[in-house]
Amino acid sequence: MSTVGAAFRASVPVLFGYVPLGMAFGILFQDLGYAWYYAPLMGLTVYAGAAQFMAVGLLAAHASLFEVALSTFILNSRHMFFGVSLLSRYRAQGLKKLYLIFGLTDETYSLITSTHPPTGHDEQNYYLALTALNQSYWITGCALGALFGANVQFDTSGMDFTLTALFMVLMLEQWKKLREPYPFVVALLCGLAALWLFREQMLLVSISLSIALLLLRSRISQVVL
Amino acid sequence: MSETGYLLLVFLVMTIATFLTRLIPFVAFRDRGDHPLLTYLGRYMPPAIMTLLVLYSLKSLDLTQAPYGMNELLALLLTTLLHLWRGNALLSIFAGTLFYMAALQSGWFV
Repeated sequence: MSTVGAAFRASVPVLFGYVPLGMAFGILFQDLGYAWYYAPLMGLTVYAGAAQFMAVGLLAAHASLFEVALSTFILNSRHMFFGVSLLSRYRAQGLKKLYLIFGLTDETYSLITSTHPPTGHDEQNYYLALTALNQSYWITGCALGALFGANVQFDTSGMDFTLTALFMVLMLEQWKKLREPYPFVVALLCGLAALWLFREQMLLVSISLSIALLLLRSRISQVVL
Repeated sequence: MSETGYLLLVFLVMTIATFLTRLIPFVAFRDRGDHPLLTYLGRYMPPAIMTLLVLYSLKSLDLTQAPYGMNELLALLLTTLLHLWRGNALLSIFAGTLFYMAALQSGWFV
């Protein structure tokens, strides 16, 4: 199997998650009254799911550019943590590396940290293919939603559950690799606490808290060992 | 400013803000990828983040109203059992999703 073929196989669940989600965004975006092609343009340039949904509200309210910049930065700030654990994986250089960083969504991060190219294939090209394929699914969804809007005949509701199922499977794969309950239990507790107390910023709060607790344990084990 | 001009400026600002959040660690920690703490995080963060993403994607689940999260919980249970049994990611994901879509669209548990 080619590198792109292997990346495609790994990314199929994202295809089935990103197309309906992108379409949901496209349908909302279309109500703003702009030409349809601005929706895929946003998928191409901004490429951030939750932030694009948020932008529909900001655009409708004609928010200031400062407000747009600040809320986008805060909403996406969890991505800063993703990079921290990818430093040694992303060895590509130049534009390739910039694109890998540009395209780092939740789903792309999950696939990159949990799947491998077949032996003998270049890891960096595999990551690049995964990133580009995922973004192409998102752009396609944005375009379809904005073009066809509410006229879509096929009932796609529930199809984006592929992303939930994907995260579940990748979590099980992480468990098979690590076989240590600590990071899973820490994340579960932090996640439930954040859902309860900070629902809107759930990911940012729970990721920071989990990392703090993970680092704390690394310090403690250094002292003990 | 024209409507389209405003839209394109919003895209520009959002592109920069989003890219910055993804770029900052690579600039801040460049040449330090082999630091023991970062290696430690590279090992333990993915399992924690995957767990959080499962929870996050269930964020809008309302356990106090019918169907009390049954669609999601049973679909995830099916996904998990299939995955532990067969270990085929695509099979587990699609079986769970098809079950979920059928349950949701035909209102099995409402």
